[in-house]
Amino acid sequence: MSLLRHSATTLLSQMSDGKLSSVELVQEYLEQIERHDGRVKAFLRVDAARALKQAAAIDDRRSRGESLGPLAGLPVAVKDLLCDEGQLCTCASRMLADFRPPYDSTVVAKLKAADAVLLGRTNLDEFAMGGSGENSAFQVTRNPWNLERTPGGSSSGAAACVAAAMAPLSIGSDTGGSIRQPAGLCGITGLKPTYGRVSRYGLVAFASSLDQVGPLAGSAEDAALLLEVLAGHDPRDTTSINAPVPRYSQTIGQPLAGLRLGRVREHFGPGLDPEVSAAVEAAVEVYRSLGATVCDVSLPHEKYGIATYYIIAPSEASSNLARYDGVHYGYRTDERAMHDELAAERKQLAATIGKRDFDAQADAVENPLLRMYRQSRSEGFGPEVKRRIMLGTYTLSAGYYDAYYVKALKVRRLIANDYEAAFRSCDMLIGPVSPTPAFKIGEKHSDPLAMYLVDLYTVGANLAGIPGISIPCGRSRDGLPIGLQLQGPAMSEERLLRSAHMFQRNTDWHLARALLD
Amino acid sequence: MTDPYMIVIGLEVHVQLATESKLFCRCSTAFGAPPNTQTCPVCIGMPGSLPVMNRRAFELSMQTAVALDCRIAPTTKWDRKNYYYPDLPKGYQISQYDLPFSSHGHLDISDPKGRFEPRRVGIERAHLEEDAGKSLHDEQHGEADSRIDLNRAGTPLLEIVTKPDMRSPLEAKTFLTELKLLLTYLGVSDCNMQEGSLRVDANINLHVPEDGRAGGVSGATPQSAVIGTAATAAGTIATPIVEIKNMNSFRAVERALEYEAKRQWEVWQETGQRLGDAPKQTRGWDDAAGVTHGQRHKEDSSDYRYFPDPDLAPITVAPEVVKKIRRGQGERPAALRSRLEQSYGITPYDSDVLVSQGRDLVQYYLAAADACGDGKLASNWLQQDVLRSLNERGGTIGDFPVGPTALADLLSRVKRNELDTNRARQVFQKMLTEGITAAAAVEALGIKQVDESELIALCRELLAANPKVAEDIRGGNDKAAGALVGQAKKRNPNANPGRVRELCVELAKEKM
Ligand SMILES: [Zn+2]
Repeated sequence: MSLLRHSATTLLSQMSDGKLSSVELVQEYLEQIERHDGRVKAFLRVDAARALKQAAAIDDRRSRGESLGPLAGLPVAVKDLLCDEGQLCTCASRMLADFRPPYDSTVVAKLKAADAVLLGRTNLDEFAMGGSGENSAFQVTRNPWNLERTPGGSSSGAAACVAAAMAPLSIGSDTGGSIRQPAGLCGITGLKPTYGRVSRYGLVAFASSLDQVGPLAGSAEDAALLLEVLAGHDPRDTTSINAPVPRYSQTIGQPLAGLRLGRVREHFGPGLDPEVSAAVEAAVEVYRSLGATVCDVSLPHEKYGIATYYIIAPSEASSNLARYDGVHYGYRTDERAMHDELAAERKQLAATIGKRDFDAQADAVENPLLRMYRQSRSEGFGPEVKRRIMLGTYTLSAGYYDAYYVKALKVRRLIANDYEAAFRSCDMLIGPVSPTPAFKIGEKHSDPLAMYLVDLYTVGANLAGIPGISIPCGRSRDGLPIGLQLQGPAMSEERLLRSAHMFQRNTDWHLARALLD
Repeated sequence: MTDPYMIVIGLEVHVQLATESKLFCRCSTAFGAPPNTQTCPVCIGMPGSLPVMNRRAFELSMQTAVALDCRIAPTTKWDRKNYYYPDLPKGYQISQYDLPFSSHGHLDISDPKGRFEPRRVGIERAHLEEDAGKSLHDEQHGEADSRIDLNRAGTPLLEIVTKPDMRSPLEAKTFLTELKLLLTYLGVSDCNMQEGSLRVDANINLHVPEDGRAGGVSGATPQSAVIGTAATAAGTIATPIVEIKNMNSFRAVERALEYEAKRQWEVWQETGQRLGDAPKQTRGWDDAAGVTHGQRHKEDSSDYRYFPDPDLAPITVAPEVVKKIRRGQGERPAALRSRLEQSYGITPYDSDVLVSQGRDLVQYYLAAADACGDGKLASNWLQQDVLRSLNERGGTIGDFPVGPTALADLLSRVKRNELDTNRARQVFQKMLTEGITAAAAVEALGIKQVDESELIALCRELLAANPKVAEDIRGGNDKAAGALVGQAKKRNPNANPGRVRELCVELAKEKM
């Protein structure tokens, strides 16, 4: 059996048993990338030399009997949104095409400390804004199960690379569904942790109160392994939670007796594809057969989730992205051309209205600093990012702030209350990840509202700050994966992972890899 | 005040807090380092970086707010003030908008010279925020060349906003002096205006009587009070508010306000513009020319799109914490002044001079006054001799060679008439230059107490030798004895002039 079919957990034990070297393993993945990524385009950059060097160093240390980190020798792909000292971090934006942060994000530092091998940087929707990966300024990632289809987004490359067995583990970020939705569309396992469970330090911010870093992997067991490394309090992120990290990978095998699942009524409403519905209902039956009880629960404010999300996230984004102004950070417009243009405008104005009036109206020609800001941002950002900056600027503006932003915060509270109430009658919520399997690339690109609805079932967890996991639970007639979502109360990652593992021990949807079968 | 108008002044003071490190990172706040050497990913707004509040900065702000008798909010939060400027790396400033940590305070001011009535100046609010960087315009390289120094970015600033409660430029200057003194007593800031640790903007307008305008104003109704605006009395009209910037000393604040009041009065007479007729104007003070200049309006100044910073959790302040701060604070300058006046019998002028010198000097004074038992004498000596020597020598009262006990010893001798003022000054100089006790200095100078009988003999001799003087004294002119004092000193330098004078009068009259 090819190495690429093994789980990360198995590969790790093979390496520690001396049956496999990290260099061999990394080479295997590099070859797979070489074979397939020309078509899938999951990676923005693969630094083979660096990965092999890291792998060799780990093998060397292992051979000398040194103690190694919990991910020693395992390749991990990282979404191109997390700072890795001295390496490019483009956020898939023209704005940051040559940005090299001088510091490590806490997550990358933890991966390094765990002796993971950093394989490469994966593609995403620009600044993580999008649900298909099509908003990347550099390339469109394709779903390995069907190259005409989207892998979902914004962690499009992070999901596609695991689905195509180009990496055993990868890191994504989830602001409204950006880990769970692509994991679901690509048939892999993805977990969005509780807000504050994983440090955001060094994660380039999209919407600070919603962003959360999490693992994408072939199985819940592998996700547990990775989350155990990522999670934990970080004094540099005051929104991170100061609580001990459970040994997820140790307890994953323990089934949950008497599991009470809540079937979210609002997640089975109109708009849900019948094939998805059938697969999810079948998954519910699997749990029932494993001894779980299932009841219907309601999240009455869930229908306001998308509207609330598209006020809060853009509001925060409009402020978070203000620093990309061409002065300190980001692309700067061609200044020489700009000054020439300004001079020409001045000359033309003077010729039209005469010298005297011109002096009085000098302000009619934009000042160079404002022009520089405006042009740099117009040229550096893609259309979806600009749309969200404008949305957020509008909703924070005087006169609209109370009607939009403040009201959205209130609804957010109500949504969180709904979840709290639901968790009084059940341990976990069960439902679909996305309304449909992977859609065609370009299908929704010109219709932002339709695109926003792909996050219908996932934004709630971000607004409420609770964890959610996406696991594969079926395949459509066209062979496209279908995802099952489990959501739990804050800090219930351990139980979520164990529940997901229960399912995966009794099904084999998670074992399938695209482009290998 | 003979002006036909009332001046209304409110101040906005930015105080740089004396913390070692910045408000949201660990970078140093030291002044004067080479550009951009005191920076890190956080204070330069590097993508992905996150702020962590410096608890010390919050403590120092609380100290100040408590000393200003502010109400401390049980919960406070951080807001982002969004605007674009090259010295603002994140595109927003972390500040406090609608829930400042403190509000509703006050600071009392008075003038020891009595030029204005004691006044309570309300503090609208005090909040904490981060400073921006500095733009350095390099003129040599043409207009396009600007450089940014971010060493200052993220330095903790306390913004103190007063109510429009001051009624003259002198009151404004006095408020600032008193505030600076308070901040110095608390040790929360070095208040160095040259290094930008204390920055002042002033808001000023006039309230003029309805008939105050040349040519008369008819049918005018009083303006209703606007937030941040002093309510106008019936029959008066408020003129548009002007904000003055670029004032680099308290004296400059006073001068700028004096100039601006006159200018606004002239503008009012010309235009009759009232509050609300024109937008708030910002004017810059030109200290050399002694005038204010209108500044261009900031195009985007109207909407900062404030919203709560999602990177920082709200802060809750327990009432016990506020109580503890209150208990832990030493006497404030105002309380010290009144204690000195009431318990030590010195004048408001003297208490003001002493308290203005800072807490250490006041401690020195209290020790000396307590030990010699004469507050007035100690105050005189402190102001005339100690402070003068201190000014000449430099250094602080802490390392002044004559400690309070030694000074008290000297003063006690003066009180006991063992030394006249001139001799006491000689002793003081000796103590100062040689670092010796009063007793040692007295001995070194050969000062001896002259035996009373010896002194009587001397006076008798003098009276005998100067019959004219003796006659004058007998005639009721006691002052004539003064003529003998000099002669007595010549014969015996240790003769106490006071005692010589007394004895001469006594003995001359005895012979009657
Ligand atoms: Zn810093």
